[in-house]
Amino acid sequence: MTSPARSLSGADGLKVLSVATPGRPFQLESGQVLDHVDIAYETWGELSPARDNVVVVCHALTLDQFAASPNPVTGRPAWWPGMVGPGKPIDTNRFHVIASNVLGGCMGSTGPASQRPDGRYWGAEFPHVTIGDMVKAQIALLDALGIEDVFLVAGGSIGGMQALEWTVQARDRVFAAIPIASAARQSAQNIGFYEVGRQAIMADPDWRGGAYLASGVRPDRGLAVARMAAHITYVSEASLKRKFDRRLQDRQSVSFGFDADFQIESYLRHQGQTFVDRFDANSYLYITRAMDYFDLAAAHGGVLANAFRGLKTRFCVFSFSSDWHYTPEESRNLVRALNAAGCETSYLSIDTDKGHDAFLLDEPEFDAAMTGFIDAAAEARGLKRRDGA
Amino acid sequence: MKSGPGSSGMRRADHVAIAQFIEAGDLVLDVGCGDGQLMELLQTERRAKTRGLEVEQAGVNRCVAKGLAVVQGNADDDLPVYPDDAFDAAILSKTIQELARPKFVLDELARIARRVIVSFRNYGHWRVRASLLTSGRIPSLGSSKAWWSDGARRPCTARDMAELVGELGLKVTAIAPVGGEKTDAASLTRLNWTAEELVFVLERGAQPTE
Repeated sequence: MTSPARSLSGADGLKVLSVATPGRPFQLESGQVLDHVDIAYETWGELSPARDNVVVVCHALTLDQFAASPNPVTGRPAWWPGMVGPGKPIDTNRFHVIASNVLGGCMGSTGPASQRPDGRYWGAEFPHVTIGDMVKAQIALLDALGIEDVFLVAGGSIGGMQALEWTVQARDRVFAAIPIASAARQSAQNIGFYEVGRQAIMADPDWRGGAYLASGVRPDRGLAVARMAAHITYVSEASLKRKFDRRLQDRQSVSFGFDADFQIESYLRHQGQTFVDRFDANSYLYITRAMDYFDLAAAHGGVLANAFRGLKTRFCVFSFSSDWHYTPEESRNLVRALNAAGCETSYLSIDTDKGHDAFLLDEPEFDAAMTGFIDAAAEARGLKRRDGA
Repeated sequence: MKSGPGSSGMRRADHVAIAQFIEAGDLVLDVGCGDGQLMELLQTERRAKTRGLEVEQAGVNRCVAKGLAVVQGNADDDLPVYPDDAFDAAILSKTIQELARPKFVLDELARIARRVIVSFRNYGHWRVRASLLTSGRIPSLGSSKAWWSDGARRPCTARDMAELVGELGLKVTAIAPVGGEKTDAASLTRLNWTAEELVFVLERGAQPTE
C-alpha cells in the first residue's frame, strides 16, 4: 500500500501525494478509471506514536485543505480557525489533523483543472466523481501516510456528506463522526439551485465547452453568477435583513437603472468577483454534481438506517435553525436513521439567524457542544487530555 | 421538561428512586432527560449505558458538553423509529404528565424497551384530597404553572396511572414511593394515599383490562 510521496512543496507550497498510478489505477463509481490521482493535503499537530489521534477534516464545496493555516496560493486565511488549532475544539495540541482537497477540486488535487500526462487540461473530459470517490481518495491518502484508524472525521455541508460516507466506507476505522449542517441525500431544492449555477457557467461563452484553460480564458461571469445564487442559500433572510435590509449602496435614491443600487446587490457582486480568482469553474460543475448524486439510502436498499447498522462509530449531528440549504429536518431524518440503526448518537439544532454558513462563524453554543463531544470521545478512546483539563 | 428543584451536584431523591431499578450494563433511554443529571447518575453509580431525548436546546447542549449521547427531539415524533427491544429500560422521569400523547408514548416505550420506569406526581395523596375537599382547589404539587398554562401537567393519581398501564396490557412489576422503600402493586391503594411522588416499573405481559 506504500506510495512514495511526490511532494510538490515547491513554488505553490502545496503538499501532494499520489494515490493512483497506471499500474494501480483509481476505480471511480461511474465505472471510469483514473491512471493518475494526486491528493493535496495539509496537516497540523503531531501524530501520536500509537497513530490513534488522527482527525480528518472534510471541506465544503468551495473551500480547501487550509482549514487551520493560511492558503499560500490564494493568501486567504484559514477557513476554520475557531474550530481547529491549539486549544480549539479540534485541539492540535492533542490531535493530528489532516485536511485534503477533494478529488475533482482545484487546490492541488486531481480535477478538471489538472493536466493529463500528455500535458492537456482535463476540462469537461474529466470523468464524473462522487462523494464516495472523494472519500475513497481520502482513505487512499491516509493509507499512503501509513494511517489506519481515524479518531474523528468532521465536516460541514458537503464535508458532512463526506463524514457520513467515511463511516460507511471505512467501517470500524472511524471512532467518532460529526456531520454538520449536512444531509444523507441532496434535496431537490439543492439540486435545483446548483443546476442554476451550472447553467450560468455553461452559458458563458468563455466556458468553451469546458476547454477554456487551453484557450487562456475563464468563464468568470458565469462562475460569478453561480456563486452569487449559491451565496443566497448560505445565509438567511433574517441575516440579510439584519446586515442590508433594503439599504442603498453609496446613494440617496434608486437610480432607475441596473447598477447595484442596493447594498445586497453590491455585496453579492463582490462575492462573485472575488470567487472567480480562487476557484475553477469546471471544478464547480463537477463537485456540485457529486453532491447532487449523493444519496446514502439509495446505496443501501432505500433504507438509510441500513447504511449505519452495526457501526460502532459514535455520531454527533449538528444543524442550524435558520439553515434552509441543509435544513434541520434533513439532519433529523439522519438522526432518526442513526437511532433506528442503534448507533450512539447525539443531535443538536443550534438556534441562530446566520443560516447555513453558521458552522464557519462564531457560535458559542456550537463550539461548546463540539468541545464536549470531542473531549468525551477522546476520553473514551483513551487519548491525551486537553491541557489544563 | 423537568419541574423538580435544581440540585446540581446532588442526587435528587426521585433519581435515586429510579436508579434502583437499573442494573449494571443496562442500555437505558431517558425521555425528557433535561440536563442529563439522571443519565450521569446511572452511568457512574449503576454502570449503565445511557441515551437521552430532550426537547430544549439548552438541555441538550449541556448534555453533549458533558459527553452524554443526547438527541434533540420529542417523544411524540421520535420514538417510532427505534426498533423493538432497542433498550433494556426506558425512563419517563416526571415527564408523562406533561406529554401531549401519554398513552401513545408509553405504548411506544413498552415496545422499544423491556422495562419502562415512570415517575410522576401522585394527585391521590391525602393532602391533595384534603385540599380539594376543603378549599375546592387542586394543589399544584411543585408546579409553578396555572392549570390553564400551555403544556400544563395532567393531574393524575396512582390509580389513574394503573388504569393506563392496564389499558396498554402492561403489568406493574414494582412500585417505589420517592424517598421510601420499594414494594409491589399490592401496595397501590395505600401508596395512592401516602406517596406524593411514585415510581412505577412496567413490563409487557399482562392481558389488557376490560
